Amino acid sequence: MTPISFALAHTLPELILAGGALVLLMLGAFRAGKGDWIISELAIGLLGIALLTLFFPLEGKALIWDGAFIDDTFGRFMKGLALMGALVSLLLSREYMAREKIDQFEFPVLILLATTGMLMLISAQNLIGLYLGLELMSLALYVVAAFHRDNVRASEAGLKYFVLGALSSGMLLYGSSLIYGFAGTVSFTGIADAIHGNVSIGVVFGLVFLLAGLAFKMSMVPFHMWTPDVYEGAPTPVTAFFASAPKMAAVAITLRIIITAFPGVTPQWQQIVVFMSLLSMALGSFAAIGQTNLKRLMAYSSIGHMGFAMVGLVPGTEQGIRGVLIYMAIYLTMTLGAFAALLSMRVGERYVETIPDLAGLSRTNGSMAFFLAMTMFSLAGIPPLAGFFAKLYVFQPAIDAGFYWLATIGVLLSVVSTFYYLRIVKVIYFDAPAEAFSPVKREVTGVLWVASFGILLFWVYPAPVLTAATNAAKSLF
Amino acid sequence: MFGFGILSGLIFLPLVGAAFILALRGDDEATRRNARWAALVTTLITFGLSLVAWSRFDITNPGFQLVEQKEWLGATILYKLGVDGISMPFVLLTTFLMPFCIASSWETINTRVREYMIAFLVLETLMIGVFGALDLMLFYVFFEGGLIPMFLIIGIWGGKRRIYASFKFFLYTLAGSLLMLLAIFAMYGVAGTTDIVTLLKTAFPVGMQKYLWLAFFASFAVKMPMWPVHTWLPDAHVEAPTAGSVILAGILLKMGGYGFLRFSLPMFPDASQYFAPLVFTLSIIAIVYTSLVALVQEDMKKLIAYSSVAHMGFVTMGIFALNQQGVQGAVFQMVSHGIVSGALFLCVGVVYDRMHTREIAAYGGLVNRMPLYAVALLVFTMANVGLPGTSGFVGEFLTLIGAFNANSWVALFATTGVILSAAYALYLYRRVVFGVLDKPSLKTIKDLSAREIALLAPLLVLTIYYGVQPGPILDACAASVTLLVKNLDSALAVTKTAAVALH
Repeated sequence: MTPISFALAHTLPELILAGGALVLLMLGAFRAGKGDWIISELAIGLLGIALLTLFFPLEGKALIWDGAFIDDTFGRFMKGLALMGALVSLLLSREYMAREKIDQFEFPVLILLATTGMLMLISAQNLIGLYLGLELMSLALYVVAAFHRDNVRASEAGLKYFVLGALSSGMLLYGSSLIYGFAGTVSFTGIADAIHGNVSIGVVFGLVFLLAGLAFKMSMVPFHMWTPDVYEGAPTPVTAFFASAPKMAAVAITLRIIITAFPGVTPQWQQIVVFMSLLSMALGSFAAIGQTNLKRLMAYSSIGHMGFAMVGLVPGTEQGIRGVLIYMAIYLTMTLGAFAALLSMRVGERYVETIPDLAGLSRTNGSMAFFLAMTMFSLAGIPPLAGFFAKLYVFQPAIDAGFYWLATIGVLLSVVSTFYYLRIVKVIYFDAPAEAFSPVKREVTGVLWVASFGILLFWVYPAPVLTAATNAAKSLF
Repeated sequence: MFGFGILSGLIFLPLVGAAFILALRGDDEATRRNARWAALVTTLITFGLSLVAWSRFDITNPGFQLVEQKEWLGATILYKLGVDGISMPFVLLTTFLMPFCIASSWETINTRVREYMIAFLVLETLMIGVFGALDLMLFYVFFEGGLIPMFLIIGIWGGKRRIYASFKFFLYTLAGSLLMLLAIFAMYGVAGTTDIVTLLKTAFPVGMQKYLWLAFFASFAVKMPMWPVHTWLPDAHVEAPTAGSVILAGILLKMGGYGFLRFSLPMFPDASQYFAPLVFTLSIIAIVYTSLVALVQEDMKKLIAYSSVAHMGFVTMGIFALNQQGVQGAVFQMVSHGIVSGALFLCVGVVYDRMHTREIAAYGGLVNRMPLYAVALLVFTMANVGLPGTSGFVGEFLTLIGAFNANSWVALFATTGVILSAAYALYLYRRVVFGVLDKPSLKTIKDLSAREIALLAPLLVLTIYYGVQPGPILDACAASVTLLVKNLDSALAVTKTAAVALH
């Protein structure tokens, strides 16, 4: 039994966010003022403080709350990414929400609650913790997806996400109960001990359902159907949030549960992951070609990227996990950069979101054009941009472990995906200018600048990310 | 400075120039003029610096020189630079051709001049990096990175079908290169590092070599380009602006040949021998088939593009002859072709700027109005044909000797290519320069301007000089090539003994 202060110290970020969300909710309810930015400013502050607490020098690993919650370097790395995603999405949302007149105070509060859920999810060390974290995150996400409630598309997106999400939660729960039934425990390490050298068909069944539920959150094929519609329908800052923070949490828990609980059934989960990874890469590459809406395109792009990232999980080695972590860090930067650009696309008083709207951007807004083009090249994985290194670190372990055909098909599919990223560059640079965009607030431009510099200059000094990811991956084994 | 050597200086100097141009503001005539001058000065200084590097280079030493090394992606993937006799000529060729590219765009590029100059300077950085890299991953980053500026150069400043051409260029090259990337991972798995010097000493298992060789081949064959994956080149050449064509033909194509020499041959000797017949076959097809295709072209640039494919056929043939003459001839042929084809594209640019068409049928009788141009074009055409006394002859002759020693049938078929090249080149020259000047649009055409003379004269002098005095280039690469061939032979001998012992 660990002292309570010890447990509290290790759950500091979660406590800050959970408590902060409640306080902000009260504050918002009593002020009841529309267009009030103070709540979102405070929320951003809370996320920032939570991010800082991750750097507290606590000893390596702590298993608390009766083994339901683990605080380790891996968790802190992924929490950092999730918090960053949430923070930047909230930063990006303020101007959009105000202009679209949906800047109610519930939005930042819901984001805080969703983020709390993510942090719980990332640190979950048994099936109960996993489910609680996942549901806290999901329930908040269902609401924010439909946040623009007078808009038909947003309501549709929210409903669709809710129905499909409930289904996936059900599957996950069903899988969990199977695993519990056959392993006799909900703890990840306990499951690993129980199925060690004694693989029953029930556990494999449970594993399949569990991974199906998690794949839904990561939006991997064949559980991706909701992604394009929700991305397109939801308000753009919400899409930015969906594309960044929840992905980090879902990937983190997938890595954690597979590596901690299922080393005994490696061939079984490898099959599933290879299958989903290949299909995601293929669908992400081919289906995006026909899209004209940038948000839909980003949805397919994110499906493809999840497929690439999971290539790193396939070998199940420390190197591979490190690759996935680096991938997620770089993917987060690229996604936030891309969405910052999307949120800068405003003609007159209206936000636009199709590819032709970008035509000739290089003539009307040179720096934004350049940064967006570099983000696209980076998403395509062209060196020396950051996206290339992301791919490098997931494909290299796959090759090392002998998954030659997976890697070969993967890189060839990435050539296909390059086509649609290039098309955006083409529209930006080669086409005749369309109407110029109206200026946006400095915070949006700032995010684009910072993300782009990260992408452009990653090769100059990659050591911090590499070291952090190496340590994080090490703590998982 | 800061622990960086002269090669780092060469690589990053163009970036400094690019940053300076980036800092220029406005889009008026003064800014454009400043951008042009800044780019020209930068490329000239870079060329000067490369001459300094050359003066510090010891041609009798076959190993890597001017080496510098820093940790980059961990301790096993390094930022390591260095040159030997094979890469040094290409570094010089790159820095030498760049000022011509900038100067040839002086009057013809009037839109988005700043971006244009920045793209070229960034491209120069990446090209020098390719030839200077001594770490495979670093090489790959430079190798692939070059696609971005070239894509933009073709796409923004190109001709009518520029978008199609730029996409084809990008996707073709990328598809080939990514397979090479996987092979690099596999090599990293075996050797535990991507340091080229270590990899050169690593003996890869023969079975693995074949797959690795094929993966590298996929990349370099597209870049070269070899038949049947050459089809991106004519499109890219035709649509690219003049300077883009010069760089494409002069440097980017050479990366494929350089890659074969640096990686395929020394690292996979057994596979190279095993696949040599394949390369010979493809080279012969390239030489004969693309020469025939060149005969029927209506577009001047397309004709030269096809002739480039044929000339690169000689290079691959020479390299895979796996002997001293063949390899040295290949290096010489690449350098010479860099100068000659660059000059030919500049010549096409000269008349294109005046008439805005590259249709051969639109010209005729130019000698009457443009005697100087006729002389320049004649020299470069003859060099392209491989007339003795021009630099084109030496490379073709050496590669043919090399091929003859390896396989006389290959040499027999390849030599017909020399005849065919004379046919298409002379046919082009007759249609453009000779004949009666009866087209009204040509009646007022002006001869070379001072700028154009300044552009073509150095290339013309070098073409003749290296034709009669091939020593400088051959000596520069001799020591390294001897070492390469010697290592190759001993590696092959080891495998042979092992095979004999097994039976």
